[in-house]
Amino acid sequence: MARPTPDPVQMVKQRRDAALNALVEGVPYIRFLGIHFDRRGDELTAVMPYDEKLIGNPSLPALHGGATAAFLEVAAIIGLSWAMLWEEIESGRLDPDSLAAGDLPRLPKTIDFTVDYLRAGLPRDAYARAQVTRSGRRYASVRAEAWQDNRGRPFAEATGHFLMPRRDG
Amino acid sequence: MCADKTRIAEQFIGMIPHSQALGMALTDIGDGTAEIAMEYDERFVGDPETGVIHGGAVSALMDTCCGAAAMSHPASPGTTATIDLRIDYMRPATPGQRIRARATCYHITRSVAFVRATAMDDDETRPVAAATGAFTVEGA
Repeated sequence: MARPTPDPVQMVKQRRDAALNALVEGVPYIRFLGIHFDRRGDELTAVMPYDEKLIGNPSLPALHGGATAAFLEVAAIIGLSWAMLWEEIESGRLDPDSLAAGDLPRLPKTIDFTVDYLRAGLPRDAYARAQVTRSGRRYASVRAEAWQDNRGRPFAEATGHFLMPRRDG
Repeated sequence: MCADKTRIAEQFIGMIPHSQALGMALTDIGDGTAEIAMEYDERFVGDPETGVIHGGAVSALMDTCCGAAAMSHPASPGTTATIDLRIDYMRPATPGQRIRARATCYHITRSVAFVRATAMDDDETRPVAAATGAFTVEGA
């Protein structure tokens, strides 16, 4: 049997980026915090560029714990949604155009979220990655880690539990 | 609670850029208790389909409120930083309604303040979220 010709690289990239943009740009609070995502294959890195409005302690100065928590939660939900939708994006079953038009699938809902603050968040860009540690039909567990200058010195980490949306089929 | 501490607590929230950006207002402060309100704002929405506020905005409100409660405790000499904070999201907040968080510092040592909080919208009988956290005790 002849092997199917792989889709051209530009088409694959466009499909993936369109799906990711639709997931991220539809959420007002992600825009409010200025968070965007870097994608390398299926690996996502959340980026929160420094902004004065993210400061919690002006005398240090340090990022607000709430901004850090929100950043990690955004990284976790988008990471989990991305993992959940990846197969459908790859197979073309999920149409990026209808995603971009606002026809988003139901996203996971946070049940609980715990943040450990390891050191003060500095007034500069922050990065985060999430890892789905358990993904079931109804519940998922996700770990997320945020760092700034040194990948090996995270300033906060989090674990969260999520209720998965009901999916048909 | 002396007037001095009320003033410090009000300054505390006025000086936090992130809390200002989220429109938080201190509505009550006591000895180890605090109440902070956040108005509904479309920029804070997490689910565009339903208009429900993002959990991250509720986290920021809870964190600020717990910090204020820790600082307002009579045994606290000054500032604080979050060690850890867990939030349980019990139900989606009703779109259009403001969210109020109420925090209590229920135990404090020389180095750690233990705080819990609940967040409510207009229906006070059914909390939107609950939080528990540990905070540092710093400065004199």
